[in-house]
Amino acid sequence: MHKRSNEPIVWSLFGAGGVVVAYSMPVFILITGIAVPMGIVSADVLAYDRLAGFAAGWFGKLFLLVIISLPLWQSVHRIFLSLHDFGITGGEVFFRVVLYGAALWGTLLPLYLLIGM
Amino acid sequence: MANNEKTIEIEVLRYRPEEDDKPFLQSFKVPFTDDMSVLQGVQYIKDYLDGSVSFRWSCRMAICGSCGMMINGVPKLSCKTFLREYYPGKITLEALKHFPIEKDLVIDLSDFIGKLESIKPYIVPDAPRALEEGEYLQTPRQLDRIAQFSSCINCMLCYAACPQYGLKPEYLGPAAIALLHRYNEDNRDSAKAERMQLLNAHEGVWGCTLVGYCSEVCPKDVDPAAAINRNKVNSTIDYLLRFVAPRGGN
Amino acid sequence: MSTRKPYVRPMTGWWLKNPVYIRYILRESTAVFVGIYAVILLIGLIRLSSGEAAWNGWIDAMRSPGAILFHCVALGAAVYHAITWFAVAPKVMPPLYFKGEKVPVEKLVTAQYILAGVIYLVLLGLILWS
Ligand code: SF4
Ligand code: FES
Repeated sequence: MHKRSNEPIVWSLFGAGGVVVAYSMPVFILITGIAVPMGIVSADVLAYDRLAGFAAGWFGKLFLLVIISLPLWQSVHRIFLSLHDFGITGGEVFFRVVLYGAALWGTLLPLYLLIGM
Repeated sequence: MANNEKTIEIEVLRYRPEEDDKPFLQSFKVPFTDDMSVLQGVQYIKDYLDGSVSFRWSCRMAICGSCGMMINGVPKLSCKTFLREYYPGKITLEALKHFPIEKDLVIDLSDFIGKLESIKPYIVPDAPRALEEGEYLQTPRQLDRIAQFSSCINCMLCYAACPQYGLKPEYLGPAAIALLHRYNEDNRDSAKAERMQLLNAHEGVWGCTLVGYCSEVCPKDVDPAAAINRNKVNSTIDYLLRFVAPRGGN
Repeated sequence: MSTRKPYVRPMTGWWLKNPVYIRYILRESTAVFVGIYAVILLIGLIRLSSGEAAWNGWIDAMRSPGAILFHCVALGAAVYHAITWFAVAPKVMPPLYFKGEKVPVEKLVTAQYILAGVIYLVLLGLILWS
């Protein structure tokens, strides 16, 4: 009768992602998307050697994985729920596979890349 | 009638099941004084302008929870809202959103009553307790954990505020979950495991997307949104704990 | 015979019918910008892993006016996300007690703003000066 939902899995990832976005994403967007491209700060802060060196250490790997993957989970979960809000009630399995699949891909791919760096 | 009397326009969304296929607005001019509630305005309409207008009320003092309606699109207790707040503008009244309209401002609340029953809104003791064993003791701190969630008057304003309930009528909804939480958190109760099954379901806490409007409109500061979302955490712990410490059963 | 015929009102366009709902939809929409930015970062990581030339190409792409415009909007979205996130967090956390008193919601929200401010400054400091 009352079937247990598997929502806790995606909700936990959504929650963790929401925290990461709230506490860090504005800074990253400001640096990579505005300050460096507009020349407000020197492009040296995003120099290849510096970033590659950061990604070589285990802390850097973990950090990059967290700031890429968790916001994706946060994003796809909200988008999935919004579909229903806008009256799109069909194709639930399809949208689950596409959206959560994208977030899973956005977790495994960086994991793979980072291990090799 | 007093000289300082003013007149306000009240539009009522009428629906008469025997005659109408769908609701329509009917406008009334209502003389009022500053101390008159919206409920008294509707009572004036029924007594002097159109006796067929239907609505629910009882206590006139924000405690029975039966006079809720949409007042200019916002769910409110009509006995706790005053006509003067809207004057010189007009007031539009509509039955509580997201519920089927039975007639005019009267909704069909059987769905909510069913949900209320399903959560076992009463203390289920561990074992029957003899009178000579005395009362159940509760510390002020234990009371504080549930006090706020026990002030619900079942007015259903929170359901009228919740788009998720409107979109998915199977969703257990704010007040039922707030009351469920109130009993689950009670130190004298022992039916938590049973109630958790309701929360863990898709129709339980997971129907909520934290719009948060339920808590804003609640006339008793119950904060159902907090009850629901704290139970997302509880449900997640419950979900994971199965793997760590299986307790058998379902 | 019952003459009951309950009327169920449609939900069409509900999200525009109340300012609270509009703000809710706005909050949920931030997810689109968050998602796109995460993908941009992911592309950056792919480029970083393929060497210096590829990485510099990514940096160049970020200089296009369209990219800068997107990031300005995305910054707004991320900040709006943060504000709304801090506002509802006290509804998700179990109540906090301090010396036997429940900590008021406003204090919990302020504490998050302070924490976020500190973390933003630390991140900026690490990125700009180390
Ligand atoms: S939680 Fe508040 S709004 Fe909802 S039924 Fe109870 S008193 Fe009314
Ligand atoms: S009449 Fe009882 S709550 Fe309004």
